[in-house]
Amino acid sequence: MNKYEIAVWVFMLAAFLGFELIRRVSPLLHTPLMSLTNAISAIAVVGAILITGAKDASPLSKVLGFIAVVASTVNLVSGYLITDRMLKMFKKRAGEKK
Amino acid sequence: MIETVFPILYILAAAGFILAIKWMNSPATARRGVVVGELGMLLAVVGTLLRYEVVHYEWILIAFFIGSAIGVPIAYIMPMTAVPQRTAFSHACGALAAALIGTAEYYRHTPHGFVMAALALETLLGFLTCTASLMAFGKLQEILPGRPFTYPGQNFVNLGVFGLAVAIGTTLVFSPEKTWLFPIFIVLSLVFGVLLIVPIGGADMPTVIALLNSYAGLSASAMGFALDNKLLIVAGALDGSSGFILSVIMCRAMNRSFTNVLFGAFGTIHSSVKETTERPVRSASAEEAAEILDAARSVVIIPGYGMAVAQAQHKLREMYDVLTRRGVDVRFAIHPVAGRMPGHMNVLLAEADVPYDRLVEMDEINGDFPRTDVALVIGANDVVNPAAQTDKTSPIAGMPILRAHEAQTVMVIKRGMSPGFAGISNDLYYMEKTLMLFGDAKSFVASIVKELGATAAAG
Repeated sequence: MNKYEIAVWVFMLAAFLGFELIRRVSPLLHTPLMSLTNAISAIAVVGAILITGAKDASPLSKVLGFIAVVASTVNLVSGYLITDRMLKMFKKRAGEKK
Repeated sequence: MIETVFPILYILAAAGFILAIKWMNSPATARRGVVVGELGMLLAVVGTLLRYEVVHYEWILIAFFIGSAIGVPIAYIMPMTAVPQRTAFSHACGALAAALIGTAEYYRHTPHGFVMAALALETLLGFLTCTASLMAFGKLQEILPGRPFTYPGQNFVNLGVFGLAVAIGTTLVFSPEKTWLFPIFIVLSLVFGVLLIVPIGGADMPTVIALLNSYAGLSASAMGFALDNKLLIVAGALDGSSGFILSVIMCRAMNRSFTNVLFGAFGTIHSSVKETTERPVRSASAEEAAEILDAARSVVIIPGYGMAVAQAQHKLREMYDVLTRRGVDVRFAIHPVAGRMPGHMNVLLAEADVPYDRLVEMDEINGDFPRTDVALVIGANDVVNPAAQTDKTSPIAGMPILRAHEAQTVMVIKRGMSPGFAGISNDLYYMEKTLMLFGDAKSFVASIVKELGATAAAG
């Protein structure tokens, strides 16, 4: 198998796993779910670091990479913090054991 | 040595993301999910910084600092009512990052074949999602008019721009050395993003936001193909499937198809809806409403976007407390598309400390309406319109609704008799058992709470 073929396999399996997992998420938590996946999509920071920090990075890729790192860091930081802030608010009735 | 470690870090990071989403299935485990998600991200970032290709750190660290300086205040200062806007903004950031990385990669390597195809897809999705999300942000923040904007031939123009972008993208895949085409490709993607959102109205925002979530994820996944990075592929695929499922749920909750949401311009096609003649309605004061609520045994509150606008959730919680203390069974019925994004109402009510086990989904509560004494509609309209089920010609025909009209008494808090977002008149308001409570949602609920307190003192 060449590497592209493997990549397509990985994508297919991950997408199906995603479908199965997300179908089980309670509609109660759809908004936090969305901000969690926002935070996860900040994984683009990996690509941005590779571009910005590369040895042979041209000024253009440095500038583009720099903006990309900023944009994904905003997502990363605010995504996780806000998801947690929202989840903290979901409480059961006081005194009731879960 | 480090080169053998970083694939392990990436695998652990991917496992962290998967567990994070898995644990979101219940509020009891969800916060744990955020922690593993954070750990996963930390591993991914550290693993990447340690890679031998990365030799310059100064700009990366400055960028981390700027990003955090923007991100932290957003997370802590932003009010919960602004969650839809923040989500749209976040899609814009994520998509912009993916698109810029794609652009940088193109100018660095001018790749061919499979990698170029992935890169073209990444850039197209990235740029169009970026401007589309900014447009959605503008509409949600009310910088731009929230009403859908349509003109004759709109779909033709949109598809034309999209088709041209795809054609240029395809040309670039076959001959990547035509670098002059790339800026045109970028501009067309950006323009298409704007055009896509122009005809979208507020009622469709939940679907559109979910769809943009999906695009942003797919763009990251395409980046994974282009950079041969499986962590990006996995994280992007999770994100993409999440957004896709949510938008399917939203579409189903409105009984509409994707194409209809994207090209149908909800709200304008209905401008031809037949003029409704003046019909009598029964209105009531806060005092009367309080008496009825006090005498009820079971009350179902149906919140909608109007509640969010009026910021009435905290007053509603007070009312919930007073009624619960008197032994009234109070529940909240949440329609999947109530508000401006999936789960919007749940977050607002949770913020106001309403216990989440009192928030009931549509399918679970619909059977209980005939046994409900009072259905209190607050800031919702189309999601309780019985015409969706009785009138085949109605623009919302077939849309699943909360069957508030089956309750013994219906009370509707509303500013006036103006029709809802879709411009459809609602027969619920004219029913014999319906009482209209005219006024601002927040102050009306406040006066009901006051009246309830007064009856308690008197009794």
